[in-house]
Amino acid sequence: MTRQSVSIAIAGYGGTGVITTGQLLLKACAKAGYFGLAQRSFGPQIRGGESLSLLRFSNHPVQSPDDFLDLLVLLDTEHVARFSAEVPLNENSVVILGKDKATTPDFVRDSGAKIVELPLDLVASETSEGGENIVATGLIAEYLGLDKSLMQTVLQAHFAKKEDLLVQAQGWLKSGWQLAENNQAIAEICLAANEGCEPQWLVNGSETCGYGALKAGIRFVAAYPITPASGILEWLAPNLEKLGGSLVQAEDELASINMIIGSSFGGVPSLTATSGPGLALMAESIGLAVASETPLVIVNVMRGGPSTGIPTKSEQSDLNMALHGLHGDAPHVVTAMLSIADSAFTTGWSVWLAEHLQVPVITLSDQSMAQSDASLLEPQLWQEKAERLVAAHSDTPYHRYALTDSGISPMSIPGEEDMMYTADGLEHNQFGTPSAATEMHREQLQKRAHKLRQFDYGERWAETRGEGDTAIICWGSVSSVAFEAAERMTAQGNACRVIALRLIAPLQTEALLKELEGVDKVLVVEQSHGAQFMAWLRAHVDFPCAHQSLAIPGPLPIRPIHILNAFTQWEENALEVEHVANC
Amino acid sequence: MSPTADNNTIPVRKAKDYKSTVSPIWCAGCGHYSVLAALTRALAKLNLAPENVAIISGIGCSSRLPAYTHLFGFHGVHGRALPVASGLKVARPDLTVIAVGGDGDGFSIGGNHFLHACRRNVNFTYIAMDNEVYGMTKGQASPTSPSDWDHSKLTPHGTGVPALQPASLALGAGAGFIARGYYGDPKQLTDLIVKAIQHDGFSFVQALSQCVTFVPEQKHWKEVVHDFSDEHIHDPIQTAAEIQRDDGFGLGVIYQNERTAWMPPHCEPDSERRMLDDMQATFTV
Repeated sequence: MTRQSVSIAIAGYGGTGVITTGQLLLKACAKAGYFGLAQRSFGPQIRGGESLSLLRFSNHPVQSPDDFLDLLVLLDTEHVARFSAEVPLNENSVVILGKDKATTPDFVRDSGAKIVELPLDLVASETSEGGENIVATGLIAEYLGLDKSLMQTVLQAHFAKKEDLLVQAQGWLKSGWQLAENNQAIAEICLAANEGCEPQWLVNGSETCGYGALKAGIRFVAAYPITPASGILEWLAPNLEKLGGSLVQAEDELASINMIIGSSFGGVPSLTATSGPGLALMAESIGLAVASETPLVIVNVMRGGPSTGIPTKSEQSDLNMALHGLHGDAPHVVTAMLSIADSAFTTGWSVWLAEHLQVPVITLSDQSMAQSDASLLEPQLWQEKAERLVAAHSDTPYHRYALTDSGISPMSIPGEEDMMYTADGLEHNQFGTPSAATEMHREQLQKRAHKLRQFDYGERWAETRGEGDTAIICWGSVSSVAFEAAERMTAQGNACRVIALRLIAPLQTEALLKELEGVDKVLVVEQSHGAQFMAWLRAHVDFPCAHQSLAIPGPLPIRPIHILNAFTQWEENALEVEHVANC
Repeated sequence: MSPTADNNTIPVRKAKDYKSTVSPIWCAGCGHYSVLAALTRALAKLNLAPENVAIISGIGCSSRLPAYTHLFGFHGVHGRALPVASGLKVARPDLTVIAVGGDGDGFSIGGNHFLHACRRNVNFTYIAMDNEVYGMTKGQASPTSPSDWDHSKLTPHGTGVPALQPASLALGAGAGFIARGYYGDPKQLTDLIVKAIQHDGFSFVQALSQCVTFVPEQKHWKEVVHDFSDEHIHDPIQTAAEIQRDDGFGLGVIYQNERTAWMPPHCEPDSERRMLDDMQATFTV
């Protein structure tokens, strides 16, 4: 029997190369016309240490993890207990103990999964030591039903720069195939033929984000390294250069945010990327960009917090800071990338919004998107290059902060004769001259709030799918999970719609209420402990229907089953909430 | 020749052409007036078109200076003038960029940026108007205050901590041009600013600028300032020794080298569209 979707994990220790296994399989699947997602999980060690490759392959587009693993391959069993929570097993799962004389980890035995001893290290050593990850690649590829010559091509490309290893690798791959042929009944994970559409892109979420930024016109980036945002910056460095732009590595995040304020003041669309701790350091200067009306894009790739938190794993817990982290009344835009594919669109749109509205835009991604690879349909891209409203010469003196109907004032760019002004973080009058007068403060506060409120953000504020009287509201990377959960519910006869917010601030309250027409219960899904998104919605929206929160902190991903369970347990949960309220 | 000379000649500009009509908030007798005058005279000497000059500052009395000029100005947050200036100059190398600010802004809250601006060597000028005190917050000790200065309620016994020596710090961090001027000698200060702007790379001018309100005893500076020995200004080892020997009041160019300014590599793409298409092609399965 063939499968529509298959979930696999490979765990190893000390340079066994499980991430390589994931990459080889993802690439081969993509070339074979399958969609896939390859996520990775590491311990804190810089080299060696335990690592885990989490894979999902499907004959139709997927961008989120499934509920349970079909196959778990353990190249090492001594250290994998730390990953036990990240590899959900049930009685349908198969676990391969891939090391000679390995002991079965307790969590594996307790899961009810079928356990098979298959010493991949011994098999590998028939060629030469150390290739158990490639043996595993061959084994899994064969179970998936991947074409052998295709697999050879992918392996050759991978070892193009290590030709001395290629011959051995080919031996290991063949051993894997052979092992699968000798042990055919172990895992039934052969993929069904695709449904007529094939993936066109093989990318990670850092590349899609970076590409979206460049396509929309970003030409200056200041960077300070931080996990898991560095991948975006490292992709941008060489590519920005090709477009005549430049990247500067700053001494800290205080410098990187201020460097892009300087470059943007100079008329060049500018961006930085960081993660929670860096965003916290940047907060004061993002307020400066609000007051001085300097366009900026700050990509914040979320990880577990607070403080240093869990730098290598995902969470949606920087929402409060992105929304509320600036001092004073500081209206700004907060957007969210909905998936690896959507990262290109949302980043591009964010650049456009920043330039058009002369405002800092904080756009949120997270580790689960930025550090994962996926094979995708070519995503929709933001096509319009950002353009600022530039001031024209006139007979009257230039007013940088002139009060206009839209709240957006034409901006003069250094170099423009007779159009000089001083941009200021101090409250100022229309000319930019510092002023502490009540009237000036109110005028400028109103102007800065109004320009964001009056703007028509169109249909892009959210990705909405489905019909029905049940709805899910979500944001960011959990959106792909919500879409899958809603599809399953709909397939079971309980139609469910999803409203996945791309624009979080300013919240499009009217549009959201319109989407909720005819809905009698709504579940708000997010990956945070404090239900930050729910609190934001409730501050702005009087829900016209029953509503519950499903807020689960990281680092474990939210899976479709969590959402389905929240709906089946709706009544109990409602009673529980009531009970808590009465206490 | 008038500033509006005919089409065939470049207009000759005067210092006042670089000043705005905004009245400074500075106290009467503040040294900063003199630094502003020296800066505008230096711009006139170089005859730079005002629209091609950007002046960047942080927070403090001296950081108010951009609004008093008729240039492109950016008045940012406390301590961050140097990264703003760096980002602007890298993105817009055609502009003349000048950062200004005080000793607290530059050497305390912005200290890290000062070190990295010195070593990064982006081509802009930094004028630190040093009055050894936080004036805007009403007279607290700054990193350049003498350790026994006990006039602040915040440090009633003095700071007990030795003052920073900005020139020494700049030399150690790799600055390619270091000078010290004095508000009481605006002609020399003007010349130093001219040289700093002409230097290819990061140039640092410490402008001793008295605070009449909180440190009135600084009027005695005029009795202690003297020429800095210009024997060894190209030798960093000798200069380091001279800075240590000096009492912090030696005026003139302290150090200059010929390290060329740093810029990230730059290329002009034939076609942005083709480059973007090429990038997108790398994503193809």
